[in-house]
Amino acid sequence: MLGDVTFGQYYNARSFLHKTDPRTKILLLIAYIVAVFIAQNFLSLAAVLVFLIVAIIFSSVPLGSVLRSVKAIFFLILFMFVLNVLFHVKKEGETVYFWVVTKEGLISASFLSARLILLVTGSSLLTLTTTPVSLTDGIESLLKPLNLVKFPVHDLALVMSIALRFIPTLANETDRIISAQKARGADFESGNIFSRIKALVPVLIPLIISALRRADELGDAMDARCYTGSKNRTKYKKLTFTFRDIVATLFVAALITGVVFLNIY
Amino acid sequence: MRVVAEKLNFYYDKKSKNKVRALSDVTLTIPEGSFFGIIGHTGSGKSTFIQHIDALIPVQEGKLVVGDYDLSRGKKTDKKKLKELRSRTGIVFQYPEYQLFAETVFQDVAFGYKNFNKEANDEQVKTAVYGALALVGLGEELANKSPFELSGGQKRRVAIAGVIVSKPEILILDEPVAGLDPVGKRELMSLLHALHEHYVKTIVIVSHDMDEVAENCTDVAVFSEGKVVMTGTPREIFSRADELAALRLDVPVTAKLTAALKRAGVDVNSDFTTDDFVSKVAEIYKKA
Repeated sequence: MLGDVTFGQYYNARSFLHKTDPRTKILLLIAYIVAVFIAQNFLSLAAVLVFLIVAIIFSSVPLGSVLRSVKAIFFLILFMFVLNVLFHVKKEGETVYFWVVTKEGLISASFLSARLILLVTGSSLLTLTTTPVSLTDGIESLLKPLNLVKFPVHDLALVMSIALRFIPTLANETDRIISAQKARGADFESGNIFSRIKALVPVLIPLIISALRRADELGDAMDARCYTGSKNRTKYKKLTFTFRDIVATLFVAALITGVVFLNIY
Repeated sequence: MRVVAEKLNFYYDKKSKNKVRALSDVTLTIPEGSFFGIIGHTGSGKSTFIQHIDALIPVQEGKLVVGDYDLSRGKKTDKKKLKELRSRTGIVFQYPEYQLFAETVFQDVAFGYKNFNKEANDEQVKTAVYGALALVGLGEELANKSPFELSGGQKRRVAIAGVIVSKPEILILDEPVAGLDPVGKRELMSLLHALHEHYVKTIVIVSHDMDEVAENCTDVAVFSEGKVVMTGTPREIFSRADELAALRLDVPVTAKLTAALKRAGVDVNSDFTTDDFVSKVAEIYKKA
């Protein structure tokens, strides 16, 4: 039931985007988001769309998986669209279709929705093509400068990767505890909201205890191996920039130039 | 209650293209009154199968009848019936002590009983809980302790008490002795035998410890890659040591010794329990 709950949505493949350095991907995603926000008209948004399509092709992720992220926030988009149409501030000379709905309102609402869709789809490409582990590695590497102000970057990254590592484990555990309590006649599906919340107690308590137990065990195991997050630690997988990162950067640079140019056009 | 499975199939992630076939055409009968052993490697479908019996996993394909309850695909089982079935079948998962949650041992054991007997009064609950605790060999003085203060073996007994408190007719245990020391193992197995004799009609244990199965079970089914590859008495199964080896499964120590003696020209015809094996060898030795 919960077995398929994994953090993120990594799609296993060996594409150009998969092989690109996670640091590059994170930085370029930020640049992409900037591009989406500075795009002022439909023409420049179209340029972003073209870029996104190219990126999707280079990621070998099926379109369905990419669009799933849009599906997840479909209602949010719809809600925003409706609000934008209804609360559009009417100016002189705008075409009114009916009631408060104007042509300009519809246009600006669709513009915002398009922006949101491009934003979400582009961001999901990062998590689709990067494993949680290398994403953490990338974030750690990018935050390294903060070490100078004594910010524990490595510890933070470790906490993140441990948390990610244990999500599937705890999901399985939850599944098993639910089964066990169901077998003892626990009922999670009937009654009002309060009795349903109360029914979760026999699941949550063993789950929390088990998480604490695992944390204890993991801590002991790390101690037993004399783990310290010292600065002399080496990595099994070193992040290296390759020609791919240059190509990807050039693409994004082209996108931003294009957007700026089309904005004026 | 008898369990009859016919051509049972089950897939994890059925709709995705990475679906995993966990059970394929499982046809198996667990007769009433047996002490049934299910053996196989991790991932052989043992646990998936036993969860079907308690209707924790709905049947995807095939037939499954547990006592009077038909759980086959397409048969609608209403909630009341489902609860009734679950009160008549008990399932003890691996490391059941990790499912304890209540403040006291009494409350934890009472959980199952109260769920299945909503109208029970305090007196009935008390009788049932103390009865169940006595069955697993725990005294009343533990009832008001927190389950988390107990030792590992005691916790496991509390967890088992929490299942048998609803008086199941079939008790299914997934790796019941995993993680216990040899003494604890022996005690728990003799406890299960006592339960089988006086209290629960049918006991099913899932195990990968061949000695445990050889010593205790009346019937055995061997699972491999989601299929039932052998069924029979332990005597029948463990005399096919070569086939078991081909499945990368071990045989009990007694079967190993039997094979070694056979190579040396001595035929021991035992049922692979230690007692029987030792007495047969002693007999042969006396004759020689």
